Amino acid sequence: MSTTTSPATPASAPETPAAPRSNQIMKEILGGSAAISVLAVVLALIAGGILVILTDERVAETSGYFFSRPSDTLGAAWQAVSGAYTALFRGSIFNYETDRGFAIAIRPLLETLTFATPLIAAGLGVALAFRVGLFNIGGRGQMLIAAAAAGYVGAYVPLPPVIHLVVALIVGIIGGALWGGIVGLLKARTGAHEVIVTIMLNYIAFYLVSFLLRTPGALQAPGQNNPKSGPMLESAQYPSLLGPQYNLDIGFILVIVATIYVWYLLNRSAMGFQFRAVGENPHAAQVAGINVKSVYVKVMLIAGALVGLAGVQQVLGNFTGGFAAGLDAGIGFDAITVALLGRSKPWGVFFAGILFGALKAGSFTMQSAEGIPVDIVLVVQSFIVLFIAAPPLVRAIFRLPTPDGSFQWRKPVIARKAEVSK
Amino acid sequence: MKLELRGITKRFGALVANDHIDLVVEPGEIHCLLGENGAGKSTLMNVLYGLYQADEGQILLDDVVQGFTGPGDAMNAGIGMVHQHFMLIPVFTVAENVMLGNESTKPGGLLDLEAARAKVVEISARFGFDIDPDALIEDLPVGVQQRVEIIKALSRNANVLVFDEPTAVLTPQETDELMAIMRQLRDEGTSIVFITHKLREVREVADRITVIRLGKVVGEASPTATNAELASLMVGRAVDLTVDKDPAAPGDDALVVRDLTVTDHNGQLLVDGVSFTLRRGEILAIAGVQGNGQTELTEAIMGLQHRVHGSIALDGEELIGRSTRGVLDAGVGFVPEDRTEDGLVGEMTIAENLMLDRSTGEPFVKRGTLQLADLARFAAEKVREFDVRAQGITTRVGRLSGGNQQKVVLARELSRELRLFIAAQPTRGLDVGSIEFVHKRIVETRDAGVPVIVVSTELDEVVALADRIAVMYRGRIVGIVPGDTPRSVLGLMMAGETPAEVAA
Amino acid sequence: MTAAPATTASAATTPGGASPIVVRSWKAPIAFAIFTVIAILLFFIVGRPDLDGGNPTTIYRLSEARDAIQLPPLTLGLAETTIVVVILMVAATIGAFLLARAAVRVPLWLTTIFAVLFLVGFLTWAAAGATVPMIGLLAGALTVSTPLIFGSLGGVISERVGVVNIAIEGQLLGGAFMAAMLGTLTGSPYVGLLGAMVAGALVSFVLAAFAIKYFVDQVIVGVVLNVLVLGLTSFLYSTVMVPNAETFNSPEKFERIAIPLLSEIPVLGPILFRQTVIVYLMYLAIFLVWFGLFKTRWGLRLRSVGEHPTAADTVGINVRATRFWNVLLAGAIVGGGGAFFTLAAVGSFGKDMTNGAGFIALAAVIFGRWDPIRATLAALLFGFATNLQSTLSIVGSPVPSEFMLMLPYVVTIVAVAGFVGVSRPPAASGKPYMKA
Repeated sequence: MSTTTSPATPASAPETPAAPRSNQIMKEILGGSAAISVLAVVLALIAGGILVILTDERVAETSGYFFSRPSDTLGAAWQAVSGAYTALFRGSIFNYETDRGFAIAIRPLLETLTFATPLIAAGLGVALAFRVGLFNIGGRGQMLIAAAAAGYVGAYVPLPPVIHLVVALIVGIIGGALWGGIVGLLKARTGAHEVIVTIMLNYIAFYLVSFLLRTPGALQAPGQNNPKSGPMLESAQYPSLLGPQYNLDIGFILVIVATIYVWYLLNRSAMGFQFRAVGENPHAAQVAGINVKSVYVKVMLIAGALVGLAGVQQVLGNFTGGFAAGLDAGIGFDAITVALLGRSKPWGVFFAGILFGALKAGSFTMQSAEGIPVDIVLVVQSFIVLFIAAPPLVRAIFRLPTPDGSFQWRKPVIARKAEVSK
Repeated sequence: MKLELRGITKRFGALVANDHIDLVVEPGEIHCLLGENGAGKSTLMNVLYGLYQADEGQILLDDVVQGFTGPGDAMNAGIGMVHQHFMLIPVFTVAENVMLGNESTKPGGLLDLEAARAKVVEISARFGFDIDPDALIEDLPVGVQQRVEIIKALSRNANVLVFDEPTAVLTPQETDELMAIMRQLRDEGTSIVFITHKLREVREVADRITVIRLGKVVGEASPTATNAELASLMVGRAVDLTVDKDPAAPGDDALVVRDLTVTDHNGQLLVDGVSFTLRRGEILAIAGVQGNGQTELTEAIMGLQHRVHGSIALDGEELIGRSTRGVLDAGVGFVPEDRTEDGLVGEMTIAENLMLDRSTGEPFVKRGTLQLADLARFAAEKVREFDVRAQGITTRVGRLSGGNQQKVVLARELSRELRLFIAAQPTRGLDVGSIEFVHKRIVETRDAGVPVIVVSTELDEVVALADRIAVMYRGRIVGIVPGDTPRSVLGLMMAGETPAEVAA
Repeated sequence: MTAAPATTASAATTPGGASPIVVRSWKAPIAFAIFTVIAILLFFIVGRPDLDGGNPTTIYRLSEARDAIQLPPLTLGLAETTIVVVILMVAATIGAFLLARAAVRVPLWLTTIFAVLFLVGFLTWAAAGATVPMIGLLAGALTVSTPLIFGSLGGVISERVGVVNIAIEGQLLGGAFMAAMLGTLTGSPYVGLLGAMVAGALVSFVLAAFAIKYFVDQVIVGVVLNVLVLGLTSFLYSTVMVPNAETFNSPEKFERIAIPLLSEIPVLGPILFRQTVIVYLMYLAIFLVWFGLFKTRWGLRLRSVGEHPTAADTVGINVRATRFWNVLLAGAIVGGGGAFFTLAAVGSFGKDMTNGAGFIALAAVIFGRWDPIRATLAALLFGFATNLQSTLSIVGSPVPSEFMLMLPYVVTIVAVAGFVGVSRPPAASGKPYMKA
């Protein structure tokens, strides 16, 4: 019965009937990714606020007599939260309390961009690997190796201006690319799971760089006993972008270029097409003649290079006075949350990076002005990702309509990844 | 035990998989549920087994309404199921699989493996099975695994036993043995539901037949009905079981395969010394029960297998050792047997899927950059030419129906300059209209002078398309026979008998 | 590729009578050869130029002063020990090559002997001219391994039931925090330990809820949970514990308890039976997890859910509930291990005090091939490496401590890259179970 020449029965394709257009758009906005992202951020800030209230001393004091004068407690709670978040605003966007003019008042925004710079670069590296179905948790290691390579050139290899910077940058990026490439190579050649390999390589890189940092003749500053490198030579430092009163440097331009590059790579290039095909369905990609193994290696090289850019930023831009093994400052892990918030799309990562940069920049003001530990950023950040990862939860909290089955947020491809047979 | 389904309705989104289905299975009868792929048979049985919850309707056992919330309830009520894809845990032993979920334990939750072994041995003896209770499932042949499934169901005292497409993976001989087991079970009083789309099996074993089409019961038939009657009930109209095609006009030798051997990573032979020659303008069908090396044979040609020996020469060029890219560049078009897994990237658009195997160079890539305008033009043209029903070329392929998905694969593969075309299970799971379309395209490709290999486990398809038929069994080609060879002969060849043995 | 399932294909296509083509795996012999070369380089090329002249010896002390039965120390000469060791290693490597050529898999015992040989040679070389307190070294290794073992047991359970647990680090840290907090508040380390288990289970609860209910990628949840727990505990540490350390962060520690008789066994006694309650609980946990997984109904069902959830569902096992409760159990076990940091080791909580132990435990799970006993052994090996590093840094080792600390991670990469046997994770681990 599988063959026939008689006229066909009507095609039984179960295409969903098209809903009225306007209705559809409302649904996509409400149920779709953009709204979820915004609501996730809101929810995470609320959660952070609750944490602030719970640990606020004034609130604790007043809650002792909550039932006789509840307004005291509520007032204290409001003060704690509003104090925290206005401090966050002052520290990350615009300091309206200063009387030293606009140039100073706007400095927090530029601080935000400064903090965002390495986050974006590393976030792009994680996001790109995501698109191929690889989970790059190795940001820390890739940053460390890139930083060590760039730092060595920057501090100990005198070269003419400009050339010095360019060489240090390139050497650093190559370092990151190679450290990432190891992962791709192991994945391609042996099928080793990249999550495990990247986690392990983080520690290996950490101990390796720690060793180099306390070894005279390697990275340790001459005549020093601390495990710390010497300062970057003037010629290797990133020039500042808007003058010495701001920390923002040319690195920000580099990450804009990197974002554009990743956008081009993914959306307009043949290589990116292959990346996406492998990320969505490695089997079909292989049958269609795409060399899946070489894609794994290529993407991890590029991802490592992008994360490496973040490492280079740290040593040539931020810690020009010399760096220690803690130079990654958690950026390698933050990058994962940045990539997830940005939904692994280049410009999404860019803006997610700026958001997290703002949280970081603002957290210092929160700490100095309100005594709230900077660690709250980690909490808010992880809440954001948890909420984003589970749209049904957010919808349930806000009682939003469930979008029809055809439009649902897809998890990063790893969830559906299947190993390609060797 | 008497089983009755009343008005069962199950919807998946907009799709109604089961539409008010009524069914009565009397004690001690074999009741066949006949229907095309996708008619809703398996959904119905999953409802019966508690894996799905029906949206409407009732399940009655001996006239008592049941409220199954999970398979556990169904099993406790005496329903057993032999699943199409075996529900066995490969790294567990036979005894462990049989006891799972129904474990006899000693104090402290300690497993009583002895009891489970004894049960396996006891049931095996009843049916004359030879099964080692301590063998790992993954080490057992498919036919034996199926028997473990049967033992598993019987060890739970199933009075109603459902067989879901049980013969798909069996040779004709194993199928006969299974039929004998079913009859024995029936004679012992078990009610049996036998789900299949194979007419011959139905007529051989059924006491009663219910036909399902597009989720609805369309009629009952007696086992004495003819193939044509059953087929027309099943597809809803008189069916002509042939494809319109002129006799082949074969040209020169195009593909010459010599002593081809494929092994897996354990050194097991998957394809064992296969040789054949394919000429331009002819269709060679490769027939055989699923899992006899057909998949690996096509994969070897496509450069997708790594342990390959022998020779595959296309117009004199050796293909072994080439990458898949290299094979495609040699002018080979390939429709893989699992289109969603190997043929398409569901999350990509129709247009992107149409360039999937040309992502490295002209015409859609210049200097490493995608030529999106060219691609859009090409895609629009192909969507029209192959009658792909979709909102536009940017529709994600994963949202298309199976037939339209297959058309996208065909459009991609047939729009290159071909020197060889391989279609593996080209119509699996498609509706009748799409099947017809696919067959027409395959014949057209042949008529254009391209050598064609069609791999199919459906004898009907093989007979309809083939100019010559190669039957594979256990990795070997049993024989290559003309396209008009009788089915009975092909059936015996599928069980491993050579044409000479069949003739004798 | 999507061939029919491997079992189907191979079973159906085994041609009668034809002998299968042999496969040779050269991975093990190559790994042996590499280690042998490393040994030769270290022992003979690098040598110990820092020790001048003669043939330095390494003294292994096998008893502590308080032991009732005193064993004499063992003295090994550097030259003869390393020569013997290298000769044996070469022999083992040749043996491995011969086995591989005959298509025989290198047996585990050979690998074990090889590893022990390398270790003896390495230790003798590294500690030449010094005394190695074996009891202290091994007892310390066991102590350091304790949280790793709890972590890997939880990891094994979780992965065996089909949920990848990257959050071991977070569970340990949460456990350590809660143990310190509750231990101080109640003044009882036992309550602290219980609190640690609850904290670990809470982290697991989030993992389970997101992974099982919302189908969120398990690796993502795990990674995020680690960050969340780090953030939360650091935040609370700064806001609550630091200002009021007396009230919140000075728990009573568990005392070491010497078990009568058992602790008097030479060598083993002082190592195994002069430990804290947490370590004794660990012995129990190792046994129970192993026994439970492989001998009981609980284990059979748990493993079936991790291997083939649909099959488990069809025999009436509630896949989601099984996963949920066992992930919680896994979290409780790991959390209990976290108490070790605050109630046995340090005596107070500190920011990020687990410092990657959870990831070493994860490595042990994989290196131990998802088996509780092997994972325990792997954790012991990693703990040994860490403790060896601190012991060697006291006696003055020629190997930079960073390279010793790197060892567990390198070994794990070697393991996952398939150089040591084939590791096969539970088939459905990491895959969400969805049904209509």
